[in-house]
Amino acid sequence: MFEKYVIVPGTLRNVVEDGRTTGFELGVRMPYYRGLGLSMVEDVAVTVDGVRAAPERTTFTVHGNSYPLTGLGEVVEDRWELGEVATVAVAHPGGLAPGMHDVEVSQRLRISYMPVPGGGRARAAVELSA
Amino acid sequence: MSHRITRGVSLYSFQEEFFLRTMTVRDAVAVAAKIGALDIEIIPEQSIPGFPHVSDEWVRDWHDTMAEFGTRPLAYDFFLDTLRHPGRRLTHDEQVASVRRDVDLAVRLGTTKLRAIISTPAEVLRDAAPYAEEAGVQLLLEVHAPFHYAHPWVLRHLEVMDALDSPALGFMPDLGCFVERFPRVASERALREGARPEVVDLVVKTYDDHGDVHGLMDTVNYLGGGPVEVGLARQATHYTWRDPRMLLEQIHRTHHVQAKFYEMTDEGTEYSIPYDRIVDVLVEGGFSGCLSSEYEGNRHIQDAHPVDSVEQVTRHHAMLERLLARHEN
Repeated sequence: MFEKYVIVPGTLRNVVEDGRTTGFELGVRMPYYRGLGLSMVEDVAVTVDGVRAAPERTTFTVHGNSYPLTGLGEVVEDRWELGEVATVAVAHPGGLAPGMHDVEVSQRLRISYMPVPGGGRARAAVELSA
Repeated sequence: MSHRITRGVSLYSFQEEFFLRTMTVRDAVAVAAKIGALDIEIIPEQSIPGFPHVSDEWVRDWHDTMAEFGTRPLAYDFFLDTLRHPGRRLTHDEQVASVRRDVDLAVRLGTTKLRAIISTPAEVLRDAAPYAEEAGVQLLLEVHAPFHYAHPWVLRHLEVMDALDSPALGFMPDLGCFVERFPRVASERALREGARPEVVDLVVKTYDDHGDVHGLMDTVNYLGGGPVEVGLARQATHYTWRDPRMLLEQIHRTHHVQAKFYEMTDEGTEYSIPYDRIVDVLVEGGFSGCLSSEYEGNRHIQDAHPVDSVEQVTRHHAMLERLLARHEN
């Protein structure tokens, strides 16, 4: 459900701080039909060119609020809204090379009424934006 | 026989457009008004930014929108996030508090019926019922496939309803309980995703013959089925076919109907659910409530086709209007 829209086109870019490229970021939507408290977002795994971004080096941002990916479980007072584009940023000195990248986003959502984890997997060839 | 059934729409129907920000709640209500679906059902967790903290301004806009289009707030769909915290379930008291929070918000939105998600324990509804009664709203358990009125989980709810005899408790069946033919949108998607036609045929035929769908996952596995094929077999156990006459059994406790549909055809009928017979049964039973459209086809076609929820809901209401008109004098 909504997997097609998980990876937001045109949002993969390198993060530059004080003139140095410190990592990369990507806009991601949740493949679910309502907003969900962040404590129930168990994982947003970003894999670029076959290498999974380390969770402890990943930051998750919605409507201006940033959280370490590994700390989302404690966030019961903030939500990822329906269709909202979250920014997933990965600390990765030097960033990504220009050009096309094979991007996969795999999400695991703890949805109380479902006996198995929800979420979904999306994969796309994405060009690094300036 | 005349009827006392109203037509409405669940904003769930427009989730594709809400998701992509191509429609707002106001746009959806305008569509509903235009097609005479005057009772509005909302999923606050889908439609209200910042839920559960809902601003007075949002609530004011909601009521202004209803007044502008001549529509009525009717139903509020709640979820119960028992797994909100990693590693533990909400306690009973926390679950009751969650329902009470939703009752409070329903009162602000003017919706008198709350969809209690099927996973809500009977004891939680039992202990939330006095609060709902006081607030003048109803907590209605959605009877959703693969559940049914004789299922142990629903029987437990019936015991509570019998014991408590509260006007605040009842049911809202989801018409996904009455899927007579396997939804074509689902089997066609499996084909697009690479399922072998003979495996799809096996699943669809077993379902349509109302055969043993519970053996399908194993059978498909033994046929060397991949994830898409096994997934389709699993879907066959999630749809259910029951005779619509089973609605009569609890019709006195039925105060709302979630009129699920997957595909309105060019001919103006639902491909898999026999709405004609269902409407007849509801009229026969004297159902006095709303048929609230729930379009769920988007998730099966969005990979390959543009989703047009407005067109689908419009066709659905043309059908409901036609079927209900047969019972108007």
